[in-house]
Amino acid sequence: MAVLHSAPRFASNEGVIDAISETISVWLIEAHEAHGEVIFRVERDAMEKVLRILRDDHAYQQLMEIAGADYPSRPERFEVVYMLQSLTKNHRVMVKCSASEDTPVPTVTTLWPNAGWLEREVFDMFGVTFAGNPDLRRILTDYGFEGHPFRKDFPMTGYTELRYSEDEKRVVYEPVELAQEMRSFDFLSPWEGADYVLPGDEKSRGAPPVADPKTTEKPADTGAGKKADEAAAKPVARPAPDKKDSGKPAPGAPDATSKEGGR
Amino acid sequence: MSMNLEESPTTEGEVITNYTINFGPQHPAAHGVLRMVMELDGEVIERIDPHVGLLHRGTEKLIEQKTYLQALPYFDRLDYCSPLAQEHSYVLAIEKLLNIEVPIRAQYLRVLFAELTRICNHMLNMGAHILDVGAFTPNLWIMDLREDCLNFFERASGARMHSAYFRPGGVHQDVPEKLLVDIGDWLDNRFFQLFEDAMSLVMDNRIFKQRNVDIAVVSREDAIAWGFSGPMIRAAGIPWDLRKSQPYDVYDRMEFDIPVGTNSDCYDRFMVRVKEVYESAKIMRQCLRDMPQGPIASTDGKVSPPKRGEMKQSMESLIHHFKLYTEGFHVPAGEVYVATESPKGEFGVYLVSDGTNKPYRCKIRPTAFSHLQAMDFMSKGHMLPDATAILGAIDVVFGECDR
Repeated sequence: MAVLHSAPRFASNEGVIDAISETISVWLIEAHEAHGEVIFRVERDAMEKVLRILRDDHAYQQLMEIAGADYPSRPERFEVVYMLQSLTKNHRVMVKCSASEDTPVPTVTTLWPNAGWLEREVFDMFGVTFAGNPDLRRILTDYGFEGHPFRKDFPMTGYTELRYSEDEKRVVYEPVELAQEMRSFDFLSPWEGADYVLPGDEKSRGAPPVADPKTTEKPADTGAGKKADEAAAKPVARPAPDKKDSGKPAPGAPDATSKEGGR
Repeated sequence: MSMNLEESPTTEGEVITNYTINFGPQHPAAHGVLRMVMELDGEVIERIDPHVGLLHRGTEKLIEQKTYLQALPYFDRLDYCSPLAQEHSYVLAIEKLLNIEVPIRAQYLRVLFAELTRICNHMLNMGAHILDVGAFTPNLWIMDLREDCLNFFERASGARMHSAYFRPGGVHQDVPEKLLVDIGDWLDNRFFQLFEDAMSLVMDNRIFKQRNVDIAVVSREDAIAWGFSGPMIRAAGIPWDLRKSQPYDVYDRMEFDIPVGTNSDCYDRFMVRVKEVYESAKIMRQCLRDMPQGPIASTDGKVSPPKRGEMKQSMESLIHHFKLYTEGFHVPAGEVYVATESPKGEFGVYLVSDGTNKPYRCKIRPTAFSHLQAMDFMSKGHMLPDATAILGAIDVVFGECDR
């Protein structure tokens, strides 16, 4: 595909995959080039060896970044991606491996000193451990934080919120309570991409009717949040009194005003 | 804590132990919220443990919940001293995944404003660095120039700092001709007079040199191993500049030099930035000279929104506008790592797309992470007040470091 974009243009990827694959073939699972990026997937336990070969034999001198990513549907849900850069060849490659919570990735602090913090960050955000990292503390989250926030199953709102308590004269942590439900709009077009069935659609497709059709029967179902639900549950006004004939004539229109008092 | 007991000659047998202090998180020289646990032997730094993350906002997680366009303003808020430089990485990453062509005028505009951002950033950093080592006046003078830059941003985008001006496929709006004229005029008639005045106060100043020369010398090998980039690696004598070696947009048409240091100390880092300002001005002048007329955003209606006028006339444009600002555009599945030369160094975006309208994962590579991590090894053996000079020369901003 012709390159139309104007993103950074480094040295050609031609032949890079073959040259590198040859030297790391024992641990290589798969290598491909897509969107102009060369990506190697290697065995987790050999990560340090592979990167050492890339650094020493292929002149990828700099480790620019270690990125974690979470794919909960995979058996080993995390991916750890190493971005390497060669100053002499003016080229970049990505090397990645998969990991789960209980399968540590060998550390590369032995190769690059700056891997220390990068690994700490992946550990902090995803809970991937790195065997051999001498200082695997949390780095970005709060002191005493629990959980790994960048996992896909970690709610975006988090679990705790904090405020300064005037009574206790300190910052207190409380379970998060939202005044309004988290708003996550799904703008995916129902014709391409969205995987839910719109109410009514099931009839035309002959598909079985959805178990829980999206209808709003009570104001409380509108999803406006707890506060709104409470407000909706309250009676709006006093109910109308029962109809009973009081014997009096119903109040009609007032008498016409006299001519004099009309001003 | 390693105890360093020694007999003091002055206190008659009393023992002196190492001393641990907290530098920050609220310290004017910490450039934001940095906490450094310092272990001192007298006034000599033995060990520094920087604690970052006090400004962690989970930007990367927030981005996962937004469409590609909605996520763009988060990049302004990372390194709030050089907002456009970060948008640049992000929009280029999206464009790389989409593989769309950006009109040449838009590329020129981006380069022009990226370089203006560089000047803007360096004005703040150099001012702060000078202030950190004890000189007050230059900061006030060059802050005035930064104000000029911010006014230019406002005239281009409507916002002084958080411009959100670069968009996937181009830029948001064309600039008025008068703005380009004024920028050229500013470069020719105002900027350098004031800048040179301010720099003349410090460049050969005895105190400034005493505070910076031979402080935190980093060898070439260390600079590479620690993943340095930007002025930090150039001060170590390595002519590495992504604008030159991995050109993006129209940087390959620009003629400019890469200033490098010789001694790799704080003074060199400062001087590299001073020289970079001149090079940026050179690039900006070339942009102003060569910028062609033409569209400022991709003509692909599926990515960049239609013009306002078209929307009033054409139903198709109206639909496109509606779809782009609700659903947004879909980006083909794949992953890219795009890094540009931000004023502070390599600012990278690792973007994973799953083919929908929201990024699946967006990892941001802050420039400060590598540099700040080296703080411990750079300041070992230096005096406590040198820590501020080292920090100033790193050019760290915590919006970006902590994300």
